[in-house]
Amino acid sequence: MILGRSERGKPPVEPVTLKILVAGGFGVGKTTCVGAVSEIKPLRTEEVLTEAGRPVDDTSGVEHKTTTTVAMDFGRITLREDLVLYLFGTPGQDRFWFLWDELASGALGAVVLADTRRLEDCFAAIDYFERRSIPFVIGVNCFDEAAQYPAETVRQALDLDPDVPVVLCDARRRDSVKDVLVSVVRHAMTHATEHRRSVTT
Amino acid sequence: MVRPYAMTRGRTNHAIQHRLDLIAVVVTEPHVDDPEEDHSLSPEHVRIVELCREDPQSVAELAADLDLPVGVVRVLVGDLVDEELVHVTRPVPPAELVDESILRDVINGLRAL
Repeated sequence: MILGRSERGKPPVEPVTLKILVAGGFGVGKTTCVGAVSEIKPLRTEEVLTEAGRPVDDTSGVEHKTTTTVAMDFGRITLREDLVLYLFGTPGQDRFWFLWDELASGALGAVVLADTRRLEDCFAAIDYFERRSIPFVIGVNCFDEAAQYPAETVRQALDLDPDVPVVLCDARRRDSVKDVLVSVVRHAMTHATEHRRSVTT
Repeated sequence: MVRPYAMTRGRTNHAIQHRLDLIAVVVTEPHVDDPEEDHSLSPEHVRIVELCREDPQSVAELAADLDLPVGVVRVLVGDLVDEELVHVTRPVPPAELVDESILRDVINGLRAL
């Protein structure tokens, strides 16, 4: 088949799209982080759940409520006319893991945002990405009121593999978030090279 | 308020149910002129065709724009693919993510922001 050219002139550019996930506990700054670099105000998509939520949801008193809405915030960065990066904040509650599967499939990598005052909030996300071999970096969001710890201390506290980058950041600052994203992509590159090596040897 | 799945006539999935990714891009076919004349289409179908004509949009953006759950948008886009009014370009498959030149472009693009 010969693909016809648009009669309205140049056909629209169909960009290559990539996604990076931003995970971490509730209130750690996921949406702030997405908003700091996104060219659009973070948008919200919703997934309405029906059957899936039922076994775990305690619906006593609201038996008629058979749907739950899970919101995901996302932003967009147009790197080039034909190359677009999307950032997705993962739903905070652990019981929506199955939505994570969908988000994570085909993801380039992930940022796990951590707050040093409650590091345990990011254990679940670290576990998730480790088990699925999705390259991730830890972004320690340096809240003004929280004590600052060196990256190495955080690494030990989280019991991370030595190759997982730990970056101190400020989720409100564009430059800082850009650096975190660059380290995700770099890490994904190393990860891919190592993976290839382990497959061929 | 309209119950969201009323627009899909109760359908929660679609024959082309290869789970459209949130970042799959929907592009209106160039030959499509006036989708409003097609009376089998709902206003939401028409809106998608219009939105994706000038600027192809991701499934996630369409859902946010139309204020509809992602599941509903997937069904509607599936209908439009069947009708050959739009096509969908899939995101980079995970196996090709290791393509270093794409990753280098991403790093350079981020730095240049």
